[in-house]
Amino acid sequence: MSTTNPENAGGRWGALPYLGMKTGKLVLTVGVTFLGLLFVTFLIGRVVPVDPVLAAVGDRASQSTYDAAYIELGLDKPLYHQFWIYLSNALTGDLGNSLLTKKPIIEDIARVFPATLELATAGIILGTLFGVPLGVLSAVKQGKLADQIVRVVGLVGYSAPIFWLGLLGLLVFYAKLGWVAGPGRIDIAYEYSVTQVTGLLLIDTAMQGQWDAFANVLAHLALPAGLLGYFSMAYISRMTRSFMLAELAQEYIITARVKGVAEWRIIWVHALRNAAVPLVTVIALSYAGLLEGSVLTETVFAWPGLGQYLTNSLQNADMNAVLGGTLVIGVIFVGLNLLSDLLYTVLDPRVRRR
Amino acid sequence: MSDILHVKDLRISFPSRSGPVEVVRGVSFDLGRERLGIVGESGSGKSQTGRAILGLTPPSGRVTAERLEFDGIDLRGASPATWRKLRGRRMSMVMQDPKFSLNPVMTIGRQIVEAFHRQDNAPKSEAKDRAMVMLESVQIRDPERVYNAYPHELSGGMGQRAMIAMMLITEPDLLIADEPTSALDVTVQLDVLRILDDLVTQRGMGLIFISHDLRLVSSFCDRVLVMYAGRMVEELKASELHNAQHPYTRGLLNCLPQIDGGQRPLPTLRRDPAWLA
Amino acid sequence: MAEMSTRDWLLSDLPTSRRQAKLGQTYRTWLLLRQNRLAMLGLGIVALLIVMAIFADVIAPFDPYAGGDLRTERLLPPSWTHLMGTDDLARDIFSRIVYGSRVTLLVVAMVAIIATPIGLAVGTTAGYFGGWVDTVLMRITDIFLAFPRLILALAFVAALGPGIENAVIAIAITSWPPYARLARAETLTIRNTDYIAAIRLQGARSPRIIWGHVVPLCMSSVIVRVTLDMAGIILTAAGLGFLGLGAQPPQPEWGAMIASGRRFIIDFWWVATMPGIAIFVVSLGFNLLGDGLRDVLDPKGEK
Repeated sequence: MSTTNPENAGGRWGALPYLGMKTGKLVLTVGVTFLGLLFVTFLIGRVVPVDPVLAAVGDRASQSTYDAAYIELGLDKPLYHQFWIYLSNALTGDLGNSLLTKKPIIEDIARVFPATLELATAGIILGTLFGVPLGVLSAVKQGKLADQIVRVVGLVGYSAPIFWLGLLGLLVFYAKLGWVAGPGRIDIAYEYSVTQVTGLLLIDTAMQGQWDAFANVLAHLALPAGLLGYFSMAYISRMTRSFMLAELAQEYIITARVKGVAEWRIIWVHALRNAAVPLVTVIALSYAGLLEGSVLTETVFAWPGLGQYLTNSLQNADMNAVLGGTLVIGVIFVGLNLLSDLLYTVLDPRVRRR
Repeated sequence: MSDILHVKDLRISFPSRSGPVEVVRGVSFDLGRERLGIVGESGSGKSQTGRAILGLTPPSGRVTAERLEFDGIDLRGASPATWRKLRGRRMSMVMQDPKFSLNPVMTIGRQIVEAFHRQDNAPKSEAKDRAMVMLESVQIRDPERVYNAYPHELSGGMGQRAMIAMMLITEPDLLIADEPTSALDVTVQLDVLRILDDLVTQRGMGLIFISHDLRLVSSFCDRVLVMYAGRMVEELKASELHNAQHPYTRGLLNCLPQIDGGQRPLPTLRRDPAWLA
Repeated sequence: MAEMSTRDWLLSDLPTSRRQAKLGQTYRTWLLLRQNRLAMLGLGIVALLIVMAIFADVIAPFDPYAGGDLRTERLLPPSWTHLMGTDDLARDIFSRIVYGSRVTLLVVAMVAIIATPIGLAVGTTAGYFGGWVDTVLMRITDIFLAFPRLILALAFVAALGPGIENAVIAIAITSWPPYARLARAETLTIRNTDYIAAIRLQGARSPRIIWGHVVPLCMSSVIVRVTLDMAGIILTAAGLGFLGLGAQPPQPEWGAMIASGRRFIIDFWWVATMPGIAIFVVSLGFNLLGDGLRDVLDPKGEK
């Protein structure tokens, strides 16, 4: 009796063997992927035409300093040994030191990460809040004007360069209309009055009761989060529409109509609840996609997050930092993909109860 | 016993690349508190007839009829408000496969209670009690477990019984059963039919039984309507099936194998293009 | 026998040669596609891009590299002489955009040419052979898919150095995994069919089977995917250009033009806005065309 067949998940241990195998497989997949991530970044690091030793010690170092640094960086060892060092360091959180700041990269990243977290989270909340209802509307009014409008709005989200829209947004909403604050997370006036506890300024300012600072943060957050929200909304509304159309064509919808259930209930309670299962996965993936969007958005809005860290390091030829940042983003990306797989399993009662 | 449903010259057409295609071409019958069977092969239009009575033809289809009346209410072009009053309360439908016709993310109990709640806003406990009573009446031995179960946790027969419970809890006057046993094992088929039989007799409902199985229909129903290519080719009492006149019906009857021998080789149906006219 | 028009010949139900059948199928697909007005708009935009790239010398009124008089012609607003104004080096923006279409087209074409065969090869091989070949190839694919595309391209360009060739390589490296996935999925459905078994019985060996039979069947969905992807490729390339990692100045790459115009956005908005419009329009064109192709060639798959 196979323990990996969900149909057979009965017996003394219930669903445990099945869940165990599934988790085990996931862990293995993630482990291998993580290894691969490290390998790729390691390889990229070795491809660099820049001499890492020179970058570390500077042009004017003496030969002996150069040699010492060479050994210290482990460059005299064979490649696979170097990879092993790299791997074990990474697993303990040591991503090397930034060539620019001479400080551990992991600390730099930890410092800038909350800014990106706040931005991406605000973006996904906006994207879901608008994307799901618009997708439902689009599906229900399929082919009609509302559907076309939503699709066009979404299409713009797919086709416009995010950094360009960001610039236009700044031009219109900040420079011309003055509705929102400009680049940066918070006005300099407030910057030092807030003690950063979580790094998430909205929470920090609220916790300390500094409501004018809170309002200021909100004003700065509005445009970039709105931008990211727009892009995720384009994707989410499109997928919601697709899933809803698939659900509305199912037999159980006819059953509900036969029972005389009101149309709004059929859409929002019956169909959407079923569409929610793959939809949550889509939202998690969109969240991951916002990481990518944040790189360019943060550049435009001078947002001191992970994305800007990456581009700054790039412009300063700080390869260690670039690779460290890439690795961290890769890990987060894999984590979110994993989360979305798990969410699917949890939400679908066909799998859950067994 | 007066008739509750009147259908005269029902026509349903769907658009296609070469113009509108009529899938139901002039079906007429009257239904009292009796059992009417509609028999036909795939594409004969029998399912669409059933759906049209409930106003569930897909939006791209066009339904016309000289007369389509339920208990004095004209169903042609009925408003959504009219349908809300009729569907679930006075007319119901049991569909073929509970795997697809039940909402997979809702418990059975919740789905049954939803059918009941439509009537009057009865308190939750009463709704649950009624649902349990219904589940027992379709001979589900462990109604509590089924009430809290999800559709995929039930066998085909149990799911179909739950479906019947759900559709009869409001005590409708008319029940349309669209291939209710076709997705079930043969042994289970008879059980479900027996339950349906009892319930329909007890409540004095009108029943339209749609199927491709002529023998099943003739043993279960009072009258039989045979459909082919959208038309009614024959209408007769079930007891007089052996006296069928139309060559299609005769052909169907001849195809049924007899357990005690019969004709060799087994005859097949020969279709006359004249029947398509 | 009466003379058949070309159209009748193409639409005939009884083709007499494989060529006729193939051409007929293509023609039918074209007729279906033609009914979709948005897809036709997309096709028009793509065609316009190609025309612009080829005839840039004729279309562009000014030289994209040489600027005019730095004292009087810098940062001029759009006018009849300078349709899109001039930038801070007194260069005509419209001309730069026209020549920039060459860069865009080059990037898109090169990425497609490089990434598609790799993706097809990896995907069909993995799907056809199964077993450990499949596992290994798919793990590699998954690893590349584990990075967001822009980030990985960024890291590669950082390593290789900025420049248009490196940008193309970097984007191509990050583009092939989805095609491999798709090709593998298609191959899995075809692998066990009877006609593949028949060819194998006739003695055909695996490479021939894969390239001669499996790949053509995957082609339509891969084509749809590649077309839809092109918008993303253009946006990624523009993003790299914006960060200074793509084509280097003075090359008229649209993303880089936006970056250089960023400083003046408030007072001289056209410098940064015009290239963005170009990117947007071309990207939109590919999206519309891809959507139309998908509806026609592969209506079931909505990814």
